[in-house]
Amino acid sequence: MNQEKDNSKDHLPAGKIKQYFIEVYEVFRFIIKFFKVIFLPPYEFREIIRQCYYIGYKSVALISVTGFIIGIVFTKQSRPSLADFGATSWLPSLVSIAVVRALAPLITALITAGKVGSNIGAELGSMKVSEQIDAMEVSGTNPFKFLVGSRIVATTLMVPALTMYNGLVAMLGSYLNVHANEMTSMKSFFQDAFSTISFLDIYSSITKAVVFGFTIGVAGCYQGYNTTQGTQGVGRAANSAVVISMFLIFIEEMIIVQIVTSIR
Amino acid sequence: MKKEAPQVDKNNTVISIEGLEKSFGSLQVLKSLNLQVYKGENMVLLGRSGTGKSVLIKIIVGLMYPDRGSVKVLGQEVDKLDTKEMDAFRLKIGFSFQGSALYDSMTVRENLEFPLIKNKRDLDSREVNKAIEGVLSDVGLLKTIDQWPSELSGGQKKRVGIARTLILRPEIMLYDEPTSGLDPASSLEIIKLINEVQQKYHTSSIIITHDLTCAKFTGERIAVLLNGTIERLGSFDEVFDTDDPDIMSFYNYNFINES
Repeated sequence: MNQEKDNSKDHLPAGKIKQYFIEVYEVFRFIIKFFKVIFLPPYEFREIIRQCYYIGYKSVALISVTGFIIGIVFTKQSRPSLADFGATSWLPSLVSIAVVRALAPLITALITAGKVGSNIGAELGSMKVSEQIDAMEVSGTNPFKFLVGSRIVATTLMVPALTMYNGLVAMLGSYLNVHANEMTSMKSFFQDAFSTISFLDIYSSITKAVVFGFTIGVAGCYQGYNTTQGTQGVGRAANSAVVISMFLIFIEEMIIVQIVTSIR
Repeated sequence: MKKEAPQVDKNNTVISIEGLEKSFGSLQVLKSLNLQVYKGENMVLLGRSGTGKSVLIKIIVGLMYPDRGSVKVLGQEVDKLDTKEMDAFRLKIGFSFQGSALYDSMTVRENLEFPLIKNKRDLDSREVNKAIEGVLSDVGLLKTIDQWPSELSGGQKKRVGIARTLILRPEIMLYDEPTSGLDPASSLEIIKLINEVQQKYHTSSIIITHDLTCAKFTGERIAVLLNGTIERLGSFDEVFDTDDPDIMSFYNYNFINES
């Protein structure tokens, strides 16, 4: 809404710090509001499924290509080092650990942040500045629940699904490279690959993906839903959605890895 | 252009605003504003850009909250309604946005279907289609039913925006600059439509505009908002029967005064 802020002192460090904490407080309020509305009827199942289709299905091609290339490149890059020790037979185990523990969730999240996060920021931002969100509100529909709730749920569900898919495609890429060089059979490759993966690895990988998906949804929706200053604001919302979610993904990755390592 | 005499009930006030104040930071936009709208009347609100006209109708529909004062619409204090009451209240109010605010990702049919299926979940698809086709016929745009908003002209967008509000059969219509950005022919179509809506749907309305042609041919009363308050109120002729240069500047701009 047309609230004016006194930004005259925001260039001072104290003003910036204050602004930062206000922003953090607003984001927490936004998240709490999400949890408040999402469990109350009427449920927006149709919109959630629609968003899952756009966020998940429409990202499959990009995730397939990147996953496949990562599998091949990581295998090719690792081979010389292992070959020095005569340990190329460890390639399936090495790749599977790297892909499941780190690469699949991280790469999927970064791709989704770039593709989906920016799209959510721009779409909601454009709806905000063209008063479509106000129009929804005055027609007796809760725009927060319909637009924000459905998108955050969809990213939280779809990023783990895409992560698992990305992991499988990366392993397939790796297998093709290993097969071409070492003539390893598919059965032998995947037996070696999965024998080194523990339940904790898979569990932590999916947990990471859920957290990353939620972060991408919140960052995109928060930036878009609070867009001000017309079309310039829409561009800024799309950009901020990507930058903030990528930054948070790396921070979360570090925290989750620390926790999982201490459990292991 | 001649307008049929509307049935205005002066004993029945549908919108009652008293002592309304609203500020943004240090800028006070509305100062002790008082305004009454009677059942069945079209009230036109004139005022320069930035004088708080849009803020006023956003307060009426609960999109903004006043700093002080009371806004009673259909007997309900708007700023005291809880979420559930607000949702029910808003179904009685139609809001036509300045930029139409049609949902870009939906066709015309889906734009009209959206508020209907969200608020009247017991309707079957046949009833929904009938309602959509009915209001689109009323605004003369049935042929655009499967088009996208991006394929419509400015005037068509405004009419679809009005149809979208009419589908819920509101008792009050709020028009934010209904003729802005339109060519004269499209403006006249919108003016005619506003009067038809008043007659057919028995609505009471607030029409915000800079366009005196629109004001003259749609409004039973004109209120001029100056310096945050209603400076003049009355029929078109009464309002402009003055030497006040601030008031006459509207008239001179729209009708180039020969004197």
